[in-house]
Amino acid sequence: MIPGTFEYYRPSDLSEAIKLLTTHGDDARVMAGGHSLIPMMKLRMADIPHLVDLQDIDALRGIEVDGDAVRIGAMVTQHELIADEALFKAAPIIREAALQIADPQVRYVGTVGGNVANGDPGNDMPGLMQCLDAVFSVHGPDGERDIPAREFYEAAYFTAREDDEVLTAVSFKPQSGGYAYEKQKRKIGDYATAASAVLIAKDGATCSSASIAMTNLSDTPIYSQAASDALIGSDLGPDAVSAAVDAALGEIDPAEDGRGPVEFKKHVAGVILRRAIERAVSRA
Amino acid sequence: MNEMSPTKSERAAALKGLGTSRKRVEDSRFTQGKGNYIDDIKMPGMLFGDFVRSPYAHARVKSINAERALEMPGVIAVLTAADLEPLSLHWMPTLAGDKQMVLADGKVLFQGQEVAFVVAEDRYIAADAIELVEVDYEELPVLIDPMKAEEDGAPILREDIADQKTGAHGARRHPNHIFTWEQGEKEATEAVLSGADVVAEETVYYHRTHPCPLETCGCVASMDKVNGKLTLYGTFQAPHVVRTVASLLSGIAEHNIRVISPDIGGGFGNKVGVYPGYVCSIVASIVTGVPVKWVEDRMDNLMATAFARDYWMTGKIAATKEGKITGLWCHTIADHGAFDACADPTKFPAGFMNICTGSYDIPTAYLAVDGIYTNKAPGGVAYRCSFRVTEAAYFIERMIEVLAIKLDMDAGELRKINFIKKDQFPYNSALGWEFDSGDYHTAWDKAMQAVDYDGLRKEQAERVEAFKTGETRKMMGIGLAHFTEIVGAGPMKNCDILGMGMFDSCEIRIHPTGSAIARLGTISQGQGHATTFAQILASEIGISADDITIEEGDTDTAPYGLGTYGSRSTPVAGAATAMAGRKIRAKAQMIAAYLLEVHDNDIEWDVDRFVVKGAEERFKTMKEVAYAAYNQEIPGVEPGLEAVSYYDPPNMTYPFGAYVCVMDIDVDTGEHEIRKFYALDDCGTRINPMIIEGQVHGGLTEALAIAMGQEIAYDDMGTHKTSTLMDFFIPTAWETPHYLTDFTETPSPHHPIGAKGVGESPNVGGVPAFSNAVNDAFRAFGVDHTHTNMPHDHWRIWKTAKDLGMHD
Repeated sequence: MIPGTFEYYRPSDLSEAIKLLTTHGDDARVMAGGHSLIPMMKLRMADIPHLVDLQDIDALRGIEVDGDAVRIGAMVTQHELIADEALFKAAPIIREAALQIADPQVRYVGTVGGNVANGDPGNDMPGLMQCLDAVFSVHGPDGERDIPAREFYEAAYFTAREDDEVLTAVSFKPQSGGYAYEKQKRKIGDYATAASAVLIAKDGATCSSASIAMTNLSDTPIYSQAASDALIGSDLGPDAVSAAVDAALGEIDPAEDGRGPVEFKKHVAGVILRRAIERAVSRA
Repeated sequence: MNEMSPTKSERAAALKGLGTSRKRVEDSRFTQGKGNYIDDIKMPGMLFGDFVRSPYAHARVKSINAERALEMPGVIAVLTAADLEPLSLHWMPTLAGDKQMVLADGKVLFQGQEVAFVVAEDRYIAADAIELVEVDYEELPVLIDPMKAEEDGAPILREDIADQKTGAHGARRHPNHIFTWEQGEKEATEAVLSGADVVAEETVYYHRTHPCPLETCGCVASMDKVNGKLTLYGTFQAPHVVRTVASLLSGIAEHNIRVISPDIGGGFGNKVGVYPGYVCSIVASIVTGVPVKWVEDRMDNLMATAFARDYWMTGKIAATKEGKITGLWCHTIADHGAFDACADPTKFPAGFMNICTGSYDIPTAYLAVDGIYTNKAPGGVAYRCSFRVTEAAYFIERMIEVLAIKLDMDAGELRKINFIKKDQFPYNSALGWEFDSGDYHTAWDKAMQAVDYDGLRKEQAERVEAFKTGETRKMMGIGLAHFTEIVGAGPMKNCDILGMGMFDSCEIRIHPTGSAIARLGTISQGQGHATTFAQILASEIGISADDITIEEGDTDTAPYGLGTYGSRSTPVAGAATAMAGRKIRAKAQMIAAYLLEVHDNDIEWDVDRFVVKGAEERFKTMKEVAYAAYNQEIPGVEPGLEAVSYYDPPNMTYPFGAYVCVMDIDVDTGEHEIRKFYALDDCGTRINPMIIEGQVHGGLTEALAIAMGQEIAYDDMGTHKTSTLMDFFIPTAWETPHYLTDFTETPSPHHPIGAKGVGESPNVGGVPAFSNAVNDAFRAFGVDHTHTNMPHDHWRIWKTAKDLGMHD
């Protein structure tokens, strides 16, 4: 568990970081909290000759909640997400989800930017951000551009971010209505066997909006428009919930691993999603 | 008497002796990060070794090319089997009478096996260099399933002994077969089975797992070429045995070898054996003349050093229709991996598996164990249990549950009918042990009352009804276990390791001012020996435990002993401590009598002093006697106050306990929640109740891990699937339930202070309690459903529910 040799950089501004990425190309990677990258380097599954640590770049920090806009800097830690009261009022699902990530020690260091940018299907934040319809800001040599979370993930560890771009912030509109982040895992610190992020708003007894995303059930997070559509306009009764669950299950493609075989994961995905919908409805 | 003089009970309390919840003296350094573990040892010029390991489970090694690695700056040497062969160190004997490759000799037999040892100036260079060692492998067919080991066409693993028809434990019927070990009466048992009212049968798999101590294994070998002395620091649970083995292997005279076990961060059996890393570090230090350190990383530890369990146990248990057990039959396939490196007393190739009649009066029994080679890591150590006792306890406690289903009886009642009765002790079991003492019915009744057992069964019945009407999706399981341990190995008449008798020792020196140091042949790995052994001695010699230093682990200073594992420290070294203390007291009595100017027989011991019989105002404290022993001429008595005792126990000790686990199970997700866990332990005389409670908490948590998720798993190609803590389950505080502890106290009749040992009981009893709870939750849903194998992780529990139609 000893990594290979690498050069370590700790730039204090973004342009310097981007310059390092441009100079070293494929040989360079940025590091946020390092909880995914460093173990891969120690296992020698990742060979990173030039490691660019982002922790001294102040511009990547801070949570801004301003009326109808929430902006979270990429280097904000999971702990800061949990502790921020303004963020909790604007989007309580974030605290509920972040509390289910690993353990306090990991959450003091792990960042939202690292979590969404790495493209690891096991990470919780990508599905959550798809559920919130967030937008990711990325900076590269040609400036800044925004990529919707729902269009960001291409395959496991492959995203719409270019190699010389740095993910700098996550933005979304405050949520309204009920919410739930439901996760089954084997133990503290484990990735999800199945997890679901659900937002539901009601107009009287009728569902006025819904958003459903799932984690670690495919090689990317799964945002299910069909599942959301099955709820919108419905009375959120058992038939509508079952239709939404069936629609979402049609879109997942879990793989067998130490958590269990495909058949089990599909079954559990349905159970977890149903529970998430029911809890979100109860809060709507 | 002066009003200010402390009373007898105050004087006794001041000693902090037996029965005191004295705080652990070790903890001030551990909690401040001031422990001294193997990786804290840094010596001038020290080099670091690391292994090239096999990526394959079975392959021929066609060539090893270390040229590129040797060209790397900072690389000192690359050792292969060819380098060790002239020293006859390319293979080494195992504790089980087999031999094991130190470095791959022509082939590899498990993934992670040591192939070459790179020695470099630091561990970073060593890790880079192992990637540059080019090994040319030719893959061979692998054998993973021990049931297929003797099939036609099965790959032959151990070509080195393929033609040997006899091994260390008798006849071998196939090249992949290691031994057959039989105990009890086969024909008589089969006769009982064929004539029985009821016979319950089951195959119970106790899966492969790993002790996974927080600190991995490692050593620092330092050969001083000037004075010819080798100092070996290491994570050794048995430092004296390591010294003897190192001497026999290397040819270095034993007085020129000093073995030191510093602080050890948990052992749980993993640190009993001798590993290739130790041998290679010693050779490297001899070759280079400077110290060489080797420390495993977590993956090395989980993949290559000793695993535990891996027993396939097929049982038949016979009973009358009223539930009186009449016979027990057990056949076990023991998967030993590539080499038989089990750490068992030499005459017991399956450890004390013949304790598998459990707490029950079973008149006739038969046990056979077949050891098998597979392409997996060697080991088979006693992971927080005495030798194979956890396997035995799990087997019988599952068989009792299966029999209860067959008889349609309550499993608690079935146990009560069959417990060995208090007046049957000492009890001779059908498989050859003499149980020293026990009072199982009292313990059991106390446990049943404490948990309101009848109330729990009523609630469970209501839950089953609620499930059937759709009101709940959570089942309730009540896991019962009554275990009997066999620890304290052991009497030299039947216990030795590599010919070394399994006694233990204590040497005491009383200082002139009345404090003391005691040294033992054992070594603490977290058990708190520095605290508890001082308490034993305090009660024996009347010096406060706070004034007694306990030292272990340095073979140059401590008396010879067989080390710490198998809950043997208290039964064996604890007895030696008490006996050495009594020798001190015997000499002190002569000195006190002289000082008091009375005959030896006219004084008696009173807590911390000798008093003149009938005149207790005339006394000499042990402190006063100690001063006199060094500073006053006592006619006919040598100066000084020291004693040593080597204790050969007359018998094992047999701790026991009654555990109850109440668990809720979500049939849709397979998740579980432990609502209650009650653990009653009877470990005989209780030395330090706080440490006992800590031991029980720790052992139960390891049992929870094993029962509910922890495993060493391989795929069909022999690739290790659980080599990191992402996949190998170690519970955190979050997964760990609250434990209720309780006790009864049935002293061992043959131990000087009546103590039996407790460190391993909670693992032995805990695993069946957790597993029985899972199985019990499903009892109402299928007569044919009698057993599911561990580990009871989410998907396996879910699968049981699915197979029983609970998702329909």
